[in-house]
Amino acid sequence: MEKVNIVFNDIKMEVEKGTTILEAAKKAGVHIPTLCHLDLEGFGIVNQVASCRVCVVEVEGRPSLVPSCAEKVQEGMVIHSDSIKAMTGRRMAVELLLSNHPKDCLSCAKNLECELQSLAQELGIRDIYWEGEQVNYKKDTSTFSLIKDPNKCVMCRRCETMCNEVQTCNVLSAVNRGFESFVGPAFNMDMADSSCTFCGQCVAVCPTAALTEMDNTTQVWNELVNPKKHVVVQIAPAVRVAIGEMFDIEPGTISTGKIVTALRKMGFDGVFDTNFGADLTIIEEATELIHRINHNGTLPMLTSCCPAWIKFFEHQFPDLLDIPSTCKSPQIMFGTIAKTYYAQKKNLKPENISVVSIMPCLAKKAEAKRPELTKDDHSNVDIVITTREFGRMMKSAGIDFANLPDSEFDKMMGESTGASIIFGTTGGVIEAATRTAYEWLTDEELEDVNFTQLRGLEGIREASVFIGEMELKIGIAHGLGNARKLLEDIQSGKSKFHAIEIMACPGGCIGGGGQPYHHGNMEILKKRQEALYVDDESKKKRKSHENKEIIQLYKEFIGEPYGEKAHELLHTHYVAREKI
Amino acid sequence: MKGKGGFMNTVRSHIMVCGGTGCVSSGSDKLIDLFKEKLSSVEYDSEVKVIKTGCFGFCGQGPIVKIHPDNVFYVQVTFDDVDEIVEEHIVKGRVVKRLLYEEPFYKRKVQSTSKMDFYKKQYRVALRNCGLINPEEIEEYIAFDGYEALGKVLLEMSPEDVTGLLKDAGLRGRGGGGFPTGLKWEFTAKSPGDEKYIICNADEGDPGAFMDRSILEGDPHSVLEAMIIGGYATGANNGIIYIRAEYPLAIKRLNIAIDQARELGFLGKDIFGSGFDFDIRVKLGAGAFVCGEETALIHSVEGKRGEPTKKPPFPSESGYLNKPTTVNNVETFANVCPIILKGADWYSSIGTETSKGTKVFALAGSVNNVGLVEVPMGTTLREIIYDIGGGIVDGKKFKAVQTGGPSGGVITTDDLDTPIDYESLKNIGSMMGSGGMIIMDETSCMVNIAKFYLEFSQDESCGKCTPCRIGVKRMYEILERITEGEGTLEDLEKLELLANMIKSSSLCGLGQTAPNPVLSTMNYFYDEYREHVEKGYCRAGECKALMKYSIDAEKCIGCTACARVCPVNCITGKAKEVHVIDQSECIACGACFDACKFDAVIKP
Repeated sequence: MEKVNIVFNDIKMEVEKGTTILEAAKKAGVHIPTLCHLDLEGFGIVNQVASCRVCVVEVEGRPSLVPSCAEKVQEGMVIHSDSIKAMTGRRMAVELLLSNHPKDCLSCAKNLECELQSLAQELGIRDIYWEGEQVNYKKDTSTFSLIKDPNKCVMCRRCETMCNEVQTCNVLSAVNRGFESFVGPAFNMDMADSSCTFCGQCVAVCPTAALTEMDNTTQVWNELVNPKKHVVVQIAPAVRVAIGEMFDIEPGTISTGKIVTALRKMGFDGVFDTNFGADLTIIEEATELIHRINHNGTLPMLTSCCPAWIKFFEHQFPDLLDIPSTCKSPQIMFGTIAKTYYAQKKNLKPENISVVSIMPCLAKKAEAKRPELTKDDHSNVDIVITTREFGRMMKSAGIDFANLPDSEFDKMMGESTGASIIFGTTGGVIEAATRTAYEWLTDEELEDVNFTQLRGLEGIREASVFIGEMELKIGIAHGLGNARKLLEDIQSGKSKFHAIEIMACPGGCIGGGGQPYHHGNMEILKKRQEALYVDDESKKKRKSHENKEIIQLYKEFIGEPYGEKAHELLHTHYVAREKI
Repeated sequence: MKGKGGFMNTVRSHIMVCGGTGCVSSGSDKLIDLFKEKLSSVEYDSEVKVIKTGCFGFCGQGPIVKIHPDNVFYVQVTFDDVDEIVEEHIVKGRVVKRLLYEEPFYKRKVQSTSKMDFYKKQYRVALRNCGLINPEEIEEYIAFDGYEALGKVLLEMSPEDVTGLLKDAGLRGRGGGGFPTGLKWEFTAKSPGDEKYIICNADEGDPGAFMDRSILEGDPHSVLEAMIIGGYATGANNGIIYIRAEYPLAIKRLNIAIDQARELGFLGKDIFGSGFDFDIRVKLGAGAFVCGEETALIHSVEGKRGEPTKKPPFPSESGYLNKPTTVNNVETFANVCPIILKGADWYSSIGTETSKGTKVFALAGSVNNVGLVEVPMGTTLREIIYDIGGGIVDGKKFKAVQTGGPSGGVITTDDLDTPIDYESLKNIGSMMGSGGMIIMDETSCMVNIAKFYLEFSQDESCGKCTPCRIGVKRMYEILERITEGEGTLEDLEKLELLANMIKSSSLCGLGQTAPNPVLSTMNYFYDEYREHVEKGYCRAGECKALMKYSIDAEKCIGCTACARVCPVNCITGKAKEVHVIDQSECIACGACFDACKFDAVIKP
């Protein structure tokens, strides 16, 4: 690697060519504050618009200050990050941002998680020096998933990078000019009317509270105190490896037992696992795949667990509605079974059961409200809260999460296998399906259930699994931009796969829009992923069709997998939508 | 050479009517029809031809009609004048004196342009054909050496010869930056890649500047020909003209010119049998000022939001569609062909040490002769304002001239004799910009002028970077306070601090130069700023909120006329006694001033 010599704050250094000044500063042990800059290392996602000017430094010979995040070092460059001019420039950028920012920090959704707040703290800003007009826009509360507050937008454009470059949804872009500008859908239409998939990646990277989740915690408390309601709760696989981060527990710690204890303390009448729904999904999805292969059905078959992905293809590929599996997602399957089978067994009226989901995801909130996912006029799932909301509920209830003892899930819908745990990461659903499909197609026991060729974090992966004589070709994509590539191949007839797994969020559900904020640290995501595989390994049963409660469910209630009742309860259909 | 109008030399006289936007909006299109009707009614239509030309530059005096070859220049011609011009001038050969231009100082009528002060000191290179040829007839362009430079380049010169020639000539970018054009072309030529682009920046956004529009309206082929040459020199086969949609006439004439050039083989495949292919398309912009910044312009052409991105990479490495791209301004292109034909020595003999050739300025504001003027670099402001511009209107006193539009600054009497070039303007706190030149007299308030430009920059900011988006707004708010009499001395400090930081930390040229009007007026007219905040006084009388009327006790006879018209009843006094205005109630409407017959009310 070619090296260049620079002088950074009077220290001579040799750094690799192509290094940014910011990276060089890190090597020199100097911290330069940043705001718009975002580098999701290992995921190839970079926001480098150099627009906030919070990281400017002085470079000798240059008339203007230079954004250190985007400027590459050059041979002989003399850089000062600690000159009065550079420091004044950085400070003024933050002061100006604050002058057009609401000062409601105490009640703000991002209080103590806000990067602008941290900057103000870091730079020791004690008064708002530049007072003046502030923009005054209406909050967009049109969706079930997220809230957009243009008054808190700092034009960092991170959300745009996620929406346009990573997810290729092209919903978000700058609206208006000059002082009036903010990021939103074209013509500032309601998010609900746009092609937004509600993946929530914009929320995951927003440094302020310009984009936050729709908070449904109050509704949950209200249900819990309603004596008429039997409130059951399910937790998604990715929640258990992330929630601890909100309580200063090491990222990648598996907290399932503590979660169950906490939920009981909060007063839920039934504490269950979405993994049960995931095992159920595998039974249906593996059967559907085998059915499609054996009956010359549409191939490849695409997974349908991810609601953001579903909404994506409905908007972007309305001609491919027959490609994805018709299986409902695990959370919805769980809700359906809770309001039918569970209700019957518990002798409860479905309308008196309230199903609450704790999900790493914002799209799950919108999914629960899809009209076709209701049965007899009540929703399969009533309220969805995110990992973050769950954490906040526990805090407000004074639960000392870190020191809770472990408990077990309730029976009937609480059992799960290792196969369902890995639903939380990219590659997990298809690995789980392969474990079951293998045994069903070959009638042989699968000795090594670890299909490591399906694992990893590359955006698009492909692998072949030999099932007897048959070569099952599998594609995996996470991030909707990567999904788009696989779908375009299908459209042009180039796709060679039998089955494709797609997850909207980078990393899969571990990187979901409802998870504790990673603040750009991708190591956290890797640790969450590792934890899921560890949890899988620790299970005695690692194939969905070995789940006793699932076997019981089919025997007592559903009958044949992919049969008539299964279709009625566990399958759905998709709607062609406009691309806006 | 046979055009649609037949052989050009078969008619004895041409009636040349200005078809520039200014004159068109004063009815020159109808004038042309009326001339044609009248000529045919007196059966002169076969001998005398009516031609719609491009802009003559003397826009303040439009519509302009010039009779050729008599070299008689009529100004402010109305529909009613048509009969007289035809009957007297064309039929009887008698000049219609009342329609001639009258020099403002000597009050004498002048017949020919060569004797008019407005034209005498001009040297027209970029505007060479404007007002001379019919821009909608390619044959007329060809008759004035059109496409000869292209032939020379394609058949006799290598791309390196072309860039070398431009470098030797010393041509610099006329959009404002002043970057050497030959060097810019050379950078693109040396950038690796098979697919390259050359873009003509016709987004002209400086308020008051309209030279690019006039060139495109008056001589579109001069730009097309230069673009083809630029394509050859840089290795680009595609040209794009990015023009604001508010220039419909220029767009129409460009499209006509492109069609005609294609028809004659100047555009398309294998031009002049040289094996070089080149074509041009027109891309309309919505007229955002920031789209004059080359990276923002390129994004706009790509169909994206017109926002700048940081440089490097420069467009010459990665521009349109990430391909090497050259972006040049209209006026820059208009200089290229004469340089090719007349040589680098000729061009570099005009101008100053660092700035060669000529520059077109749009003269506006408080000056007698408003219009477009092209002068050699190094001409002084005094020559432009007093000799060409005919001095300040109504004999008022010159106060300052703003050059460089919203990115520039003011120049005062002290610097009137500075020879103008890129460097000298920068040294006195302004800049060349695209050549807007707004002359202000003693009735202009310098704080208000700064506020005017800041309002423009604030409106035109794309909103991308913090200093420009919020900082310029804050500067504007401070200026608003000052002009409303609510400013403080601390505001002046804040203003200066903000201005300097915005200048040094904004992302693109718009933000980096937006504070210039403030910094320069603060530099030269700090007293006026202080007067506004300390005394609540605007000496120019322009800041309405600061206007205070008072009554001269010596002149007031107590007639009560003022008190009777005052809408807020703030004037008190008994009949035949001196009246007094209550300053706290006065709304500065001026009614008392108008009502007083004894000049006793003092206007601020």
